[in-house]
This record gives sequence, C-alpha cells and structure tokens, in this order.
Amino acid sequence: MSKLGIIINGIIKENPTFVLLLGMCPTLGTTSSAINGMSMGLATMVVLICSNIVISCIKNLIPDKVHIPCYIVVIAGFVTVVQLLLKAYAPAVDETLGLFIPLIVVNCIVLGRAESFAAKNNPLDSACDGIGIGLGFTIALTLIGLCRELLGAGTVFGASVFPEQFGALTFILAPGAFITLGFLVAIFNKLTKKA
Amino acid sequence: MSYIIMIITAIFVNNIVLAQFLGICPFLGVSKKVDTAGWMGLAVLFVMLIATLVTYPIYYGVLVPFGLGFMQTIVYILVIAALVQMVEIILKKSMPSLYSALGVFLPLITTNCTILGVAINVINFEYNIGEAVVYAIATALGFTLAMVLFAGVREQIAITKVPKAMEGTPIALITAGLLAMAFMGFSGVDKGLSAAFGL
Repeated sequence: MSKLGIIINGIIKENPTFVLLLGMCPTLGTTSSAINGMSMGLATMVVLICSNIVISCIKNLIPDKVHIPCYIVVIAGFVTVVQLLLKAYAPAVDETLGLFIPLIVVNCIVLGRAESFAAKNNPLDSACDGIGIGLGFTIALTLIGLCRELLGAGTVFGASVFPEQFGALTFILAPGAFITLGFLVAIFNKLTKKA
Repeated sequence: MSYIIMIITAIFVNNIVLAQFLGICPFLGVSKKVDTAGWMGLAVLFVMLIATLVTYPIYYGVLVPFGLGFMQTIVYILVIAALVQMVEIILKKSMPSLYSALGVFLPLITTNCTILGVAINVINFEYNIGEAVVYAIATALGFTLAMVLFAGVREQIAITKVPKAMEGTPIALITAGLLAMAFMGFSGVDKGLSAAFGL
C-alpha cells in the first residue's frame, strides 16, 4: 500500500470513530464545541504518531510476553510530554480538556494501532498510519463538535450563525453528545455501506 | 452528612458514564444483557476501590516527596495494569467461583478509563483518604446503575425493528442520550440537599 493510501485508509475506511468505534470517551466528552473537539483530536494525533514511530522502531527488541506493558509505557511517556507542553504553552486548552489529556493513555485507538499496525510495519508506514488515523479522529471530533455547537449555541468555531437563544442547550450538555454521535454514525453507515 | 451528599452526587447528579463520559467502551460493549452488565459493574467496583487505595498513598508517599508529580500518568497506568493482573491471579487461586464470574471482565478493566480517571480525580479534588474511598465506591455504584439500566433498555431494543442504518451502535447511542437526559433531572439535587442540611 502506498503512503497516501495508508493515510486515506485511516481517514475513511478505518475511521476510528465512525467505523471502528474506538476511543468513545474523549469523542463524547470533549466535543462541546468544534474547537475543543479539534484540539483533543490534534493532541491524540501527536501521541499516536510519536508512539507509532517509536514502537515500530523497537518492536524487535521487546520480548513477546511483555509487549503490552512496554507499549503502554511508551504511550504514557508521550502523553506526559503532550500534557506538560499543553500546560506550559496552551494553559487554556489544558483547562478545557482537563482529565481527558492523561486519559489518552487508555484511549483504545492508540494501543490498538500500536498492536495492529506499528508492531508489523516499518517506522515510515507507521508514521503515515498515525497521521491517517489521527486525521480521521480529528475530523470526526471536529465534525461532532461543529454539529453540537451549531445546534446548541448557534455558532461555528465561535462565529455566530443564529442568535444563541434559538439554540437547544441539550446539544451542548451530555445527552446531545450521545444523540449527535448516534445520528452521525447512522449517516456514515448509510453512505458507506449502502444500507 | 457530607459523605451522603457526595454519594448522591457521584451516583445520580454527576454520573460517571452519563454526565462525565468515562467508561463508555464497556458501557456500549458489555451492556447487551442485564446480568453481564451487573457483573461488570461489580468487577469495576472491586478494582476501583483497590486501585484508589493503592495509588493514593503512592502519590502522597512517593511521588510528592521526591518531586515526581509529573510522572503521575505513567506510574498510575503501570500500577493499575499490574494490580489487575495480580487481582486476577489471586482470585483464580483463592476464589475460583468469583473468578469465573468476573474473569473475562478483569483484563478489560485495565483500559477502562473510569479507574484511571477516578485515581487522578481524587488527587485533583484534594480529597483525604476517607473521602477518596467513598468517592471511588459511589462512582463505581453509579457506573453499575447506568450499566444495568442501559442493559435493560437494550434487551428490549434487540427485539424491536429499527431502520437498517440505525441498527447496533447508533440506536444504542441515541438510547444512551435519552438516559442521560433522564439523569439530567437530578441536576441541582446535591445543592438542594446541602442547603437543606445547612452545609
């Protein structure tokens, strides 16, 4: 598969949110607005690319029995790096995403890609897979955030589309997250599977 | 008294699944039958209590005195992973009946974000050890309640005709949304109770 093919595969055919349905917690928890969803997606993407490259490089050094704990340590290391960088340079983002930053460690997407892709392919392909899956995740989160923000507050990326009092606050709150994602997954199913 | 308000808040008002979006994977994954959902909840209660009791002293006893607070994420995930393995081995030897009931769920719990989330939360909220234990138990009870209620609804959905594109996860997510909406009815109960008891 070509490098571009791997990236596109991650965005559409193996979209982590709409097709694989992995990493649901940040998907629902951080998408109260488009910009929040996007920052969460980008943070996860950085961890994903870095951990994919490192794991792909060290895959032959790790004994088979302890490979999962080793992968988790690598991932947790990069999560800590991202966490400290955000705290230093973007404290506002760190504040809104809060608990979900350290929880990237237990995001099934990251460990899942390490296990199913990085452990079997060379570092360059793994980096492409990280970019593809990361972009797929970022696009999905931004899309969910966009829908919720528009329906709930009448804004798109903070720019007003219609007056706020016409918005349904439910979409910003917890129930809206589940319902929006439910409908988006159904639409994605309809478009891709010709159901 | 403040403990009771804390319990009610953690179970109903700020439910870990339906209001805080943690533990969605098991919530969607193992909620097809009421009894499996209940066992999963119990397994989470068990591990969450032990994990909080172990990570809390590690943070204040080891990480803080040596200025290693930034290592929290790495240390916690390793401790939790090791702990789950250990619990599995001990249960297998000493309580085979409980092991056969919880067995399949235990490995899944390592990647359950509720455990890591609660362990980090008790530090962020600056709870003392007593409050931390109560918070962990109440949160796990809230998780179990959400799981069992949701599984009950899903058993009914399984025998209902839904549009083809909505089958499976989409309809489950929308159901969860309605359940979350029902739980929103509890919002403010905690403030009302504290006002009533003058806290």
